[in-house]
Amino acid sequence: MRKRSRLVTDRSLNFRTGTGRDDGGVDARARRAPRARFGLAQWMFVVPAGAYLLLFFGYPLVKNIAMSFQQYTTTTFYTGEAPFVGLQNYSKVLSANLFSQAVITTVLFTVGSICGQFVLGLAMALFFQHRFPLSRALRSLLLLPWLLPLVVSGTTWRWMLDPDTGVVNAALRGLHLSSSGVPWLTGTSQALVSVILINIWVGIPFNTAILYGGLLNIPTHLYEAAKLDGAGPVMSFRYVTWPLLRPVVSVVLVLGVVYTVKVLDIILVVTGGGPAGATETIATRAYELSFQQFEFGRGAVLSNVLIVFSLAFALLHLRASRRALTV
Amino acid sequence: MISPAGRPVRRIAARLAGAMALVLATTGCVGGAGTGSATGKVTSITVLDYYTQRSEHTQWNEVLTACGKTAGVTVEHTSVPPASLIPRVLRQASSRTLPDLLMLDNADLQQIAQTGALTPLDQYGIDTNGFAEGILSAGTYEGKVYGLAPYVSTVALFYSKDMLAEAGVAVPRTWDELKEAAAGLTRQGRYGMAVDASATFESSWQFLPFLWSNGGHEKRLDTPQAAQALQLWVDLVKNGSMSKSVLNWTQADVHDQFAAGRTAMMINGPWRIAALNNDRNMNWGVAPVPVPRVGQVPVTPLGGEVWTVPQSSSKDRQKKAAEVLACLNSAPNTLTLAEQHFTVPSRTAVAARYAEQDPTMAVFVKSVEGARVRTGELGVRWPKAATGIYTAIQSALTGEQTPEEALRHAQEIATSD
Repeated sequence: MRKRSRLVTDRSLNFRTGTGRDDGGVDARARRAPRARFGLAQWMFVVPAGAYLLLFFGYPLVKNIAMSFQQYTTTTFYTGEAPFVGLQNYSKVLSANLFSQAVITTVLFTVGSICGQFVLGLAMALFFQHRFPLSRALRSLLLLPWLLPLVVSGTTWRWMLDPDTGVVNAALRGLHLSSSGVPWLTGTSQALVSVILINIWVGIPFNTAILYGGLLNIPTHLYEAAKLDGAGPVMSFRYVTWPLLRPVVSVVLVLGVVYTVKVLDIILVVTGGGPAGATETIATRAYELSFQQFEFGRGAVLSNVLIVFSLAFALLHLRASRRALTV
Repeated sequence: MISPAGRPVRRIAARLAGAMALVLATTGCVGGAGTGSATGKVTSITVLDYYTQRSEHTQWNEVLTACGKTAGVTVEHTSVPPASLIPRVLRQASSRTLPDLLMLDNADLQQIAQTGALTPLDQYGIDTNGFAEGILSAGTYEGKVYGLAPYVSTVALFYSKDMLAEAGVAVPRTWDELKEAAAGLTRQGRYGMAVDASATFESSWQFLPFLWSNGGHEKRLDTPQAAQALQLWVDLVKNGSMSKSVLNWTQADVHDQFAAGRTAMMINGPWRIAALNNDRNMNWGVAPVPVPRVGQVPVTPLGGEVWTVPQSSSKDRQKKAAEVLACLNSAPNTLTLAEQHFTVPSRTAVAARYAEQDPTMAVFVKSVEGARVRTGELGVRWPKAATGIYTAIQSALTGEQTPEEALRHAQEIATSD
């Protein structure tokens, strides 16, 4: 345990020198002259990135916000006329029953997926921390779900979970665990569980890969020292692995939430939002409004909700990581 | 282990990206060439439809090419999957790159005509006499005809003759007979009946014959007649005569179940006949959709695709496209096309002769006579009602709501704005 506290002070020391604040006084004056001369060159470096951001992130974002205040119909496509309607789209979309349902489903889907992905991903990462024959081959095989196009894996899962002919129910019947089979895709409560399970399967490789990378960065001598101090596997996980893995964990969780909140393809392929809207999330609802009913104004409202949600999480992440650095 | 596996993937990704760019470039080029020759003599026109199935695409291509030849133009024929046709049309409408000749599902015509992207056909001197009233009304928006269909179709009850004979069941004519027959035909690993009850417009379309034949109406969905029709579907699922998976099945899936012998009867359309004929083990028959009581005539929805001439900068191109459109809808061609696609010619005189030739098609010719157009009453508001209907089907079949509650909710959706 002594080792741990020393390491933390080491790290904070490193970060302080890393900012360059201590030796700024002398250096800054020396640098100022060339900085002015190279001002143009600096701008030249910034401009491409800035233009890229403005064009591909700024413009769509602004357009989406503007769109949410406009009334879009199929006629808009031909005439280009989309009158401003103020907050009408917001009041219509946000007051609908479907919206509150979609929020609940989105929260359940996100929390369920993240918990499953993270716990299983961490377990896998810890498992692969130990070297054993074929461990590297297995680790690369684990990435397979990540490499498959989501439409392909979604369709395959849809076949496997088919209540009548799917292999999952056939196995359950064969093992005498269920006589009639589970209505994986046709039951209103089971369908949500199914898409969560599929999304967990899709997300495990991402979690494992990043957490495994984090584990590799923990110096082995810390574990040796913990062992000398008499720590078992649980104690060394609690006092060595977990504290040192925390920055990586927060990155994985925040990215996971942002990725999961907007999941669309899996749900569309596996259940199409059904049965009876049981797997309808904010993302699928936005897709439906925009691309099936061509109510782009209302679809944009839901997209903005998603953007605000993701932004809140990103800010939370930035704050958490800044605090982690300064403490 | 990871990096060598990563490299080929990256190469494939790069190749895919290259291919994508190429596709984009070529489509861009085609669009450019199409509009570029606007001023000179018109030598080719572009055509867009959703006949992606290979045999269908080839047959249409032949007819289009022949009609193009008589009009003195070559035809650039493109087909996209049905689900992506309307998104594509809207995109092309906003970038003013619509094809010269465009096919639309008849239920979509009024909505697209409302945008102003189509031209009325009377300005090209196309004669609309002799067409069945139903399909003509589907092609009409605000008193002007914008689209004509060479053939029409509707849904009917397909059944396996062998399975019915083996179970000793007669072809059902009424709802009660349908329930009995479906129960009698259900075995281990096989259901008696299948419909499309997915959360799409397809299931609304399949539900309409049950709704309409019982005196229900798409204008008022919260009626006892509508509830009885929905109750029939609920009962079929509850009895175990219909799989609960119908909630996930499209019409194509329903066909696959039937072809695989996993269902003895299904609701589907004549466009499946070509595939059913190809399967030599299949001994199938077709009958009108069962009605509530003996002696009633089923009222089914009218299917079929209309051909339209979109707005474009060149009057000459529009004229050539209209010539091809008129050729597609000429009496001999409506007969040829209907025969090829197992559908019913849209010209009443041709259809009558056709029914005499082919007894299988007589079922469809008769059904089409009483068929109603989906947009006939509601016009551009039909999609709202269709959304309400499939929402109600899903809620009732999952048991979330009773048919009455589900349809009350459907009515709210249909009348919302």
